[in-house]
Amino acid sequence: MRYDLQIIASWIESGARVLDLGCGEGELLRYLIHHRQAYGSGIEHNEAKVAECIGKGLSVLQGDINEEVLDYPDNAFDYVILSQTLQQVYEPAALIRSMLRIGKKGIVSFPNFSHWGIRMQLLFSGFAPVSKQLPHQWYDTPNIRVITIKDFRKFTREIGFKILKEVAIDTHSEDRYGKVIKIFPNLRATYGIFLIGNHV
Amino acid sequence: MSEYIEHDKDKISVGIVEKKFFTFAEPPDEMTLESGAKLGPVTIAYETYGTLNSDRTNAILILHALSGDSHVAGYYKPGDEKPGWWDNMVGPGKGIDTHKYFVVCSNIIGSCMGSTGPCTLNPKTVLPYALDFPVVTIGDMVNAQKALMDHLGIKRILAAIGGSIGGMQLLEWCVRYPEMVVSAIPLATTTKHSALAIAFNEVARQAIMADPNWNKGNYYFGPKPDLGLAVARMIGHITYLSDESMRLKFGRRLQDKNDFSFNFDVDFQVESYLRYQGAKFVERFDANSFLYITKAADYYDMEKLHGNESAVKAFSKTAAKFLVVSFTSDWLYPTYQSRAMVKAMKKNGLDVSFCEIEAEWGHDAFLIPNQRLTSLIRGFLERVYKETQQPPHAI
Repeated sequence: MRYDLQIIASWIESGARVLDLGCGEGELLRYLIHHRQAYGSGIEHNEAKVAECIGKGLSVLQGDINEEVLDYPDNAFDYVILSQTLQQVYEPAALIRSMLRIGKKGIVSFPNFSHWGIRMQLLFSGFAPVSKQLPHQWYDTPNIRVITIKDFRKFTREIGFKILKEVAIDTHSEDRYGKVIKIFPNLRATYGIFLIGNHV
Repeated sequence: MSEYIEHDKDKISVGIVEKKFFTFAEPPDEMTLESGAKLGPVTIAYETYGTLNSDRTNAILILHALSGDSHVAGYYKPGDEKPGWWDNMVGPGKGIDTHKYFVVCSNIIGSCMGSTGPCTLNPKTVLPYALDFPVVTIGDMVNAQKALMDHLGIKRILAAIGGSIGGMQLLEWCVRYPEMVVSAIPLATTTKHSALAIAFNEVARQAIMADPNWNKGNYYFGPKPDLGLAVARMIGHITYLSDESMRLKFGRRLQDKNDFSFNFDVDFQVESYLRYQGAKFVERFDANSFLYITKAADYYDMEKLHGNESAVKAFSKTAAKFLVVSFTSDWLYPTYQSRAMVKAMKKNGLDVSFCEIEAEWGHDAFLIPNQRLTSLIRGFLERVYKETQQPPHAI
């Protein structure tokens, strides 16, 4: 399993109710159900991936995450997960508010745009950065938001939710291996992962 | 639907099957219908495939649509021209695996494929009921199916599966017997017909009733309203296809000619197709049954019947795990109707999976062999079956 998903999975206790937004082919969900005895379901936009998930015996529905989160009752889940998708969301504040309405906690991971490699590219080449984590050209990228770890911390203060835990990691997009970055994470980490909750 | 039925290309089949009959509600204990009318005796034609396991937890109930019957899969005898109507989905190792599950399908009441309907003899007059047959509802069909399940000793349905009008019966099952239905797969269906769907049904009914042979439903001893029923079926076929599927299947191609005939014979392939389907349908279907079943479908409104006009309230009475499937080109039961169901299910915290399958074949797509649909159904059934054997790990 992808390294960032391994970290996310390690935060989820046994028997938790989990909703995975943009669950892809259901890798994380399947792991949580089998290894954490989680009650898991997912939302995915792509028909082929949805079919793959349901075919594997997962409870997944096809739709736009921004719309689908609106229909669940309050606190329907213990965790609502948004992994490597925040940078593609048009209204991140609205989505995160919904996540923390339908779930007690949220888990958000995203590629860190202030990684030194990206900074160097922009500084020395002058072109919009293209990295393994954000591999698209500016004109055909689904990643419409550039987010840094520092930006996300600032965003939580402005929008009014709480960071319960955060980990910065150095890994590649589909890699099973990686390491946790503790010193200068905003400069050295390729991804940030945050556990968030409401202020009580 | 019969034009899609083909022999399995891998020759895999449930084999020789038998149509059986169950009769209940003998007078004076007639069945009371939703309208208040009484009906009895009631006969249900049904078929079963596979074996009911010892703890009776592997029963799957298939609910057929307008012109279907109990003959879902297999053959009545060697050399049959065609297998049952969903032979591509039901059989050993198929999406609905008869090695694992005990499959039941019965003909709906009001139909003409072996169950009691307008063409059945009225015990009081010893003549076919014709229009003396009481108007039956989707709920009445479900009540009759429940009597059959009781007769078969099935207290729990692992999965109810139905498309179109079969999907309406499925929803009714989920509301009436939430403790019985473990899971449900509504395919290309809706909680209530749109005005568009009712309109097409009404034009089809008018075509039948405008046929002089219809004779207010009394045609069983004379010429039948074949022209009216054929036109009704042609209208149906237009709604089951889509703009795209018709363009691919027929385009503007001419039938066996290079130029127009400059008369009113068949010119276009699409005309030939519709005439052929209409003519074939009258050989196997009763015009009065067509009137009764389409009326039952038009009357059905799950939200009004069970939720005081609210889908959320209606689904609060259900407890099944759902797999909802719609098809992109289905304009008779469009995806927005499936999405509305999914929304109401989610608001009730029900376990729901949903997939909109990309398919060009319109409403008929659910009957056509489709690898994606097969894998969805197979995966979902395996999960719910496993969860009945052990604690579930999915919401």
